[in-house]
Amino acid sequence: MADSFDVVVIGGGPGGYNAAIRAGQLGLTSACIDKRGAFGGTCLNVGCIPSKALLHASHLYDEATSEFPKLGIKATVELDLPAMMAHKTKVVGELTRGVEFLLKKAKSEAIVGEAHIDAPGQVAVKLKDGSTRTIAAKNIVIATGSDVMAVPGVTVDEETIVSSTGALSLKSVPKRLLVVGGGYIGLELGSVWRRLGSEVIVVEFLDRITPGLDGEIGKNFQRILTKQGMKFQLSTKVVGVEKTSSGLSVTLEPAQGGAQTKIETDIVLVSIGRKAYTESLGLISVGVKLDGRGRVVTDAHYRSSAPGIWAIGDVREGAMLAHKAEDEAVACIENIAGKSGHVNYDAIPAVVYTAPEVASVGKTEEDLKAAGVQYKIGKFPFTANARAKTIAATDGFAKVIADAKTDRVLGVHILGANAGEMIAECALAIEFGASSEDIGRTSHPHPTLSEAIRQAAMGVEGWTMQM
Amino acid sequence: MSIEIKVPAMGESVTEATVARWFKKEGESVKRDEPILELETDKVTVEVPAPADGSIESISVQAGSTVQVGTILGQIAEGKAGNVSATPASNPQAAAPKPAAPAPAAPKPAPQAVAQPLTPSSAAPVMPSVRRISEETGLNPASVAGSGRDGRVLKGDMLSALESRSAAPRPTVAAAPVQSGPRANAAREERVTMTRLRKTIALRLKESQNTAAQLTTFNEVDMTAVMALRSEYKDNFEKKHGVRLGFMGFFVKACIAALKDIPNVNAEIEGDDVVYKNYYDIGIAVSTEKGLVVPVVRDADRLSLAGIESAITDYGTRARDGKLKLEELQGGTFSITNGGVFGSLMSTPILNSPQSGILGMHKIQPRPMAIDGKVEIRPMMYLALSYDHRLVDGREAVTFLVRVKENIEDPERLLLDV
Repeated sequence: MADSFDVVVIGGGPGGYNAAIRAGQLGLTSACIDKRGAFGGTCLNVGCIPSKALLHASHLYDEATSEFPKLGIKATVELDLPAMMAHKTKVVGELTRGVEFLLKKAKSEAIVGEAHIDAPGQVAVKLKDGSTRTIAAKNIVIATGSDVMAVPGVTVDEETIVSSTGALSLKSVPKRLLVVGGGYIGLELGSVWRRLGSEVIVVEFLDRITPGLDGEIGKNFQRILTKQGMKFQLSTKVVGVEKTSSGLSVTLEPAQGGAQTKIETDIVLVSIGRKAYTESLGLISVGVKLDGRGRVVTDAHYRSSAPGIWAIGDVREGAMLAHKAEDEAVACIENIAGKSGHVNYDAIPAVVYTAPEVASVGKTEEDLKAAGVQYKIGKFPFTANARAKTIAATDGFAKVIADAKTDRVLGVHILGANAGEMIAECALAIEFGASSEDIGRTSHPHPTLSEAIRQAAMGVEGWTMQM
Repeated sequence: MSIEIKVPAMGESVTEATVARWFKKEGESVKRDEPILELETDKVTVEVPAPADGSIESISVQAGSTVQVGTILGQIAEGKAGNVSATPASNPQAAAPKPAAPAPAAPKPAPQAVAQPLTPSSAAPVMPSVRRISEETGLNPASVAGSGRDGRVLKGDMLSALESRSAAPRPTVAAAPVQSGPRANAAREERVTMTRLRKTIALRLKESQNTAAQLTTFNEVDMTAVMALRSEYKDNFEKKHGVRLGFMGFFVKACIAALKDIPNVNAEIEGDDVVYKNYYDIGIAVSTEKGLVVPVVRDADRLSLAGIESAITDYGTRARDGKLKLEELQGGTFSITNGGVFGSLMSTPILNSPQSGILGMHKIQPRPMAIDGKVEIRPMMYLALSYDHRLVDGREAVTFLVRVKENIEDPERLLLDV
């Protein structure tokens, strides 16, 4: 085992393991250090992957109980929560072993342990057996990701007061679930438990859910979730949670201040966001500058302020998304290898995996208004889409925003079934500078949901044909 | 080792060319003899093949520049396999065009594709909106600076190029300032650079008119016999020779017989001499999208009807594809042009200098004719012979055209040589 590498990556999540793989591809020796013991990071272990397993299973359960009769299927459906959790665990296990295989294939050494940067070029790893291994590294890539952000006055015990991690492993379906934070994590996990039978209420500090998403999409999204039975209390903050004999008592207060109210629940899910994870890495002492929110400051090439130390993913600025970390990993390693890596932040899609899904890429109407950009919009509802009718998934619409002068697509926002799968096309369009007309003139198969995107694109210049 | 890519010799009288487009980017692999760029000359477009296996090391002359025979266009790194496709994103320094050693002329809009439709198989794929705008306006995307990924031309680039094109002030002639009319029409006009081919055509035609004493004589020909012959034998002919039996072959044969009788029509003036040609290289005018070209059927007197027809068919196909070779357009002792394919009933062709005669064929049209004192409907074609009166007398010209008429009306004459 070598103790000197071209690249040492700290963190084995989507940013970290892809960095190690790309390093291997470019002929650099590399090691990937992760303290969890299972590679894949938050995403694979307690994030994207397990939540999608539960979202899928709970969606089928919900469909079977509420939608099947409408389609002529009579079925008696029973929930087996332990089996559903076992499916999730199995998927996670397979995928983490897959990541280890990929690292091996890239000839990158996977090291389980806690890393500490002693000096630029030197990393100490506290191994599981308590010993310390010192590694020399020409380049250190910080890919330590992020951790759950806490609500002041609320202590997460992962039993009744849970973060997203605990919410993925509840032992039984709670009667009542209070979600603190109306972002995508809270809405996804709230959806899971609502489908399985919980009464779910979402408390959000802002006056809207899913901040950052296009406002029109957000408003319609909330309307659909409300119709499904999710309750919302906006412009409200949670100031404390007390354990009572019958469960939990949550103290709420209007965001602007005012009279407090109390609400009873069984489980509280804290999902107000995530913060960069930089603890116990020794960053400050080696000269790595952090910004006001504890994130590693880098230049456009992912170089930190300390020589030979780089950072990618959630630990630096930008959207906390696995694929954003992955893109930065590739670009960062290519920069290390003397090539020219670059990430186009206008073409990074984001998806909320509820039913219907929400997917977006590029600018929102609000972004463009704020920037003073003249734009045109095309929209198409799924109620007018043949495929959506046939699969009884007509909620939502596609919205294409293009520059008023050049017709270049600036943003695409989709609220609807399979939106997440369809947004990749739009990311490609934005990446290559396509105009709405280019999408409109590109053949889309019939009958598919993707036709709604084409029709919406046509709508930008007023030639929507199927409405 | 680096090998220079040079402008090849392109035949007599061709000394300069325009770089139409590069098929390869810097860093891309090439095989020996694989076409790497296209040059547009006065007469044809010529593909320049790679002189060796390797990769394109540098491109020193960009599309649109005028180059001389022997100009160095770029370098090939011999033997080195390059990228499958150059990725400027990963290595911008290497991919950026270097300042050319022979400073390239200010890039003009690439001339060749002004109204050339962009087929999906074009070397550089364009986005659907860009294709539409190009086809609707004639604006060649190759002449527009692309702002997209890897220099891709986007719809917005095309729109702003169109805007600046219509907004560009019209060049005014300093010596004689033109009083602008009551309306400003610049926005409704389109100004494009002439292609080299069009410039050459313009020059040559005017040269021809300025030099020769051109005159045209007319006659008409009854096509009954040739049409009967054709309809009787066309299937057998095509089966045997693999080429359609057209009328052009008959006219070539008829002209050669007439040229043999009237040698002045097959001659040319060179200084104070008259050069008589004892061979019959017949130029056949072919209309292409880019303009008229006149490929030459060599020694047509020695070819069979099938040989002539297949040569003409081959030229026609390759002319439309722009694949004619330069030498195929040079020389020629007499020319034939057929305006009839476009419906012309009568015209006066201009001589293909320095030749002394050109036959104009026209549309076949049924007309009432007096035959043996009775009116009969016959398929008639007007014939025109333009000739250089400096060398060919009126009597000779008229006789020539009468001979052509007789040979067509009575094709047996060709067989019997009478």
